[in-house]
Amino acid sequence: MREILGLYNYWVVIFLMMTGFYVVIARRNLIKKVIGLNIFQISVFLLYITMGKVTGGTAPILPARHFTTGEEFQTFSNPLPSVLILTAIVVGVATTAMALALIVRIHEAYGTIEEDEILAQDREQ
Amino acid sequence: MEQHLPVLLIITPLIAAPLCVLVRQRVAVFGLALAVCWAVFAMAIMLLARVLDSGEITYQLGGWAAPWGIEYRIDTLSAFVLLFVSGIGAVVLSFAPHSIAREIRKDQHYLFFTEYLLCLTGLLGITITGDLFNLFVFLEISSLSAYALISLGARGGVPKTRRALIAAFHYLVMGTIGATFILIGIGLLYMMTGTLNMADMAVRLRETVEINGSFKQVNETRTVLVAFAFLSVGISLKMALFPLHMWLPNAYTYAPSVVTAFLAATATKVSVYILLRLIFTIVGAGFAFERLPLDTELMVLSMIGIVVASVTAIFQTNIKRMLAYSSVAQIGYIALGISFASPDGLTGAIVHLFNHALIKGGLFLAMGCLVLRLGSTELDDMRGIGRRMPWTMFAWVVGGLGLIGVPTTAGFISKWYLISAALERGWWPVAVLVLLSSLLAVAYVWRVVEAAYFQDAPEQHAEVTEAPVVMLIPTYALIGATIVFGLWTSVSAGVARQAAELLLEVTP
Amino acid sequence: MNPETTIKLALALPLAVVATTVFFGERQRNLRESFTLLGGVALFLAVALLVPAVTSGDRPATTLFEMIPGLAIAFEVEPLGMLFALVASGLWVVTTCYSIGYMRAHHEEHQTRFFTCFAIAIFAAIGAALAANMFTLFVFYEVLTLSTYPLVTHHGTEAARKGGRTYLGILLFTSVAFLLMAVVWTWMIAGTLDFRPGGILAGKADNTALCALLGLYVFGTGKAALMPFHRWLPAAMVAPTPVSALLHAVAVVKVGVFTVMKVAVYIFGIDLLKTTGISVWLMYVAGATILLASLVALTKNNLKARLAYSTISQLSYIVLGAMLANSWGVIGGSMHIAMHAFGKITLFFCAGAIYITAHKTEISDMRGIGRTMPFTTFAFLLGSLSVIGLPPFGGSWSKWYLALGATEAYQWPLVAVLMISSLLNIAYLMPIVVRGFFFAPVDGPEQPKMNEAPLLCVVPLCVTAVGSLALFFFADDVYQLLLPITLGSVP
Repeated sequence: MREILGLYNYWVVIFLMMTGFYVVIARRNLIKKVIGLNIFQISVFLLYITMGKVTGGTAPILPARHFTTGEEFQTFSNPLPSVLILTAIVVGVATTAMALALIVRIHEAYGTIEEDEILAQDREQ
Repeated sequence: MEQHLPVLLIITPLIAAPLCVLVRQRVAVFGLALAVCWAVFAMAIMLLARVLDSGEITYQLGGWAAPWGIEYRIDTLSAFVLLFVSGIGAVVLSFAPHSIAREIRKDQHYLFFTEYLLCLTGLLGITITGDLFNLFVFLEISSLSAYALISLGARGGVPKTRRALIAAFHYLVMGTIGATFILIGIGLLYMMTGTLNMADMAVRLRETVEINGSFKQVNETRTVLVAFAFLSVGISLKMALFPLHMWLPNAYTYAPSVVTAFLAATATKVSVYILLRLIFTIVGAGFAFERLPLDTELMVLSMIGIVVASVTAIFQTNIKRMLAYSSVAQIGYIALGISFASPDGLTGAIVHLFNHALIKGGLFLAMGCLVLRLGSTELDDMRGIGRRMPWTMFAWVVGGLGLIGVPTTAGFISKWYLISAALERGWWPVAVLVLLSSLLAVAYVWRVVEAAYFQDAPEQHAEVTEAPVVMLIPTYALIGATIVFGLWTSVSAGVARQAAELLLEVTP
Repeated sequence: MNPETTIKLALALPLAVVATTVFFGERQRNLRESFTLLGGVALFLAVALLVPAVTSGDRPATTLFEMIPGLAIAFEVEPLGMLFALVASGLWVVTTCYSIGYMRAHHEEHQTRFFTCFAIAIFAAIGAALAANMFTLFVFYEVLTLSTYPLVTHHGTEAARKGGRTYLGILLFTSVAFLLMAVVWTWMIAGTLDFRPGGILAGKADNTALCALLGLYVFGTGKAALMPFHRWLPAAMVAPTPVSALLHAVAVVKVGVFTVMKVAVYIFGIDLLKTTGISVWLMYVAGATILLASLVALTKNNLKARLAYSTISQLSYIVLGAMLANSWGVIGGSMHIAMHAFGKITLFFCAGAIYITAHKTEISDMRGIGRTMPFTTFAFLLGSLSVIGLPPFGGSWSKWYLALGATEAYQWPLVAVLMISSLLNIAYLMPIVVRGFFFAPVDGPEQPKMNEAPLLCVVPLCVTAVGSLALFFFADDVYQLLLPITLGSVP
């Protein structure tokens, strides 16, 4: 039981990951595809953040005392994954922006953002 | 100055890219980009010379010591990849002005140069860095700029070109999935080792730890296994290993010729480099090939890929698409070489990275010349072109012979190593398949040769003339190199061998 | 000049011809062709300069560079290669004269490309002849294949395209699928690819493997036109006749059989072949090819096609000689390289002369041709007699040695094959001469005026016809030259 509930975050990660992946594959609307892609990426952000967290730990910032109780902190969370994920978020935003820009151009060129219709138009050409 | 060479190699194009946006003026931007590319090439040559001379170079970014800070680490393999990526980057950019004048909208030219420089930065960064997360960032820099470069193929008002947008979008979706897989893999590895530095990670993966009361090596845990699976699938997607190659044909077909030449020659090659690093430097060949059957998997997939892609190439009517499928087949050869995990096989794989980059780069540049004059890449439009554009077609034919692997071309050297590696292992069917597949290459190359030399030109191409000399010079620089490195192999195969031995030595 | 420099010079000369041909191009045809001729003569002299050294037992050698570590592009002159280089370079001069006459009389297009590719082909043939290892030989073998493709498809017609496709398809298929495999395999088990007297493979693998390896070599050498990989040779006949003459009677096909001979003598070694008996099955393949190709030749009405099948048959004589694996067979086979070259090139020259003068390609149309073209037809007779192997022509010696070799090996059926084949040769060559001299022309007057081919065509074909006669008397010199290659094995 502890195995399942204790790893609660990871279950969420896996659920989100699969949801996003499924949306990317199954949806034919380009915007929905991008949304799926976003969900997929965000699940990974969650994975990183989860692994950096130590239960009961705090951010490793000076002074190493609780500011009201004054007790000294013994455990710290790892800050590096959060930092890494800041970068990954930036990358994700750039990717989304890129994808949306492409969709705008596609809409201008084809007049639709449904993949099936686009492919049909290409076949006609 | 000299000790800062590794970082200058990255910083120079990275800073030049936004400058291009600021300058905007077409000629000035081209001059800037050209100067940067050739300077980067010169730096890469100096780095390779230093590595060959005095061994591995490490550079600590900002003076932060590894494994905490980001470290650039250049051994023979990375210096070799840096060399040809920057070299091809420089040559292809020299080719660009006339070609993009025809294929890219005028007001987007400065964007082309910006993205080109960014893409180059990304590819060089992947190769030079010794830090896994840094590698991911550079991978995304190169990928995002590659998507944008491909989408430049679409010109308003020319309806056919709009397919470049869809091709770029599909590449973006596939590429992002691949990159995210890589990110997951990196995360899981970090979870188990607490480090992102590749060399440090390699050491820590082999340490023994206590898990739930039993002692085992870190790389025996299931998490590392899963990490490795995510990484290898993600990288395979990026390097277009069959059957994960679906994004490649359209992307290569509809991108502007210059972009295709650059990406085909460098992007997938750098992804192969990541795979080599992962297998041989980080997890070790013992883990990848003995505990996991990655060698069998690579071999089977590459063999199927070689055959299927070559056969598909034979039936294409669009020459750029045909060459794109041929690229998928050639990636198969490289993966096959890796799967042997022997000095000969690995040498074959690494030298084919280089040789195929030259051959395919040269071929796509020749395609650029043809597009400039014909405005098309269809086989039907190439009828009779051998008489109208003799120099371009001659370059194409020499490149085609390189794909086939005819002696005295670079392609032969790679094939030789692959076949010897197969026979050394006693894998007869593999050797036979490598040989037979080069005959498939004959089939698709010769379709073009026959159309170009034995059929009459269609009416509308009666007035076609030879491509300008400024375009032929870069084309012949690459095509000539395939002959030079088919005869004189001490730089290509010699360095590749050294790199292969270094890679196999670090395997415990 | 020391022999090493001479070797390099011999390789450089055809390339120099390539350069001058491209440089002068179509605008200065006379200069272009003068330089081709000059280069040819110089090449022949350079090759001839090497003869004294080789006959005195020296093996001049030079290494150009290493292509793959351990595998160098290197050259070494030994008797077999010496003989082949002499034949190829000597006949190049003759063929150049003939080509000039032929191409001009026929107003062919793309003459610059023609002469360029021709020179590259000769370069490849000389390189193969002087190769010091199998790797070098393979490289030049492939260069030869590719450089002759534009010659085969010279006319650029649909037929030329089809012929070229077959040509390239079979030659590349066999060389890539079998020969390259055999070369790499040899490299793996022997650790070297050098041609060494006595071979490099003894004791390196068991008999089954060696047997398969030999099969790969012999069938992989598609240029030797062993059945079932012979189709390219008739297909190549779409080429202009000088190409068929020099390349498909001398350079290309002889590189094929030369490769087989080299493999038998210097890679396997005659003794290995003899003691293990791994070559017996290939003797019979060669024997079958001799007979079948002769029979097919009988059915061909097109003169060049008939000559092509005749060539296939004659090439298998040489393969047979190599596979017999005794000194008679090897010497007979090697000698046949030279003897058949002179005989067959004469026949092709004649076919071309008839084509450009009388515009006839079919044998049935050639009745009475001897009355209008007496010199050509007479040369054809001499060439035929040499190919058939009647004294006093060169061909008789090689066939004699081959028959001795077959007897020596106790292969009685093969002796019979050689005899029957000679009869078949008579059956398919003699009717042409007989028609030419004794039948009345199809149309026109009974005694038409003499109408010979241009002088530049007739002289070369007379020279080669006389050459095949002269070889009968110089056979001993050839024999003495070739003798060292069989040393170490029982005569």
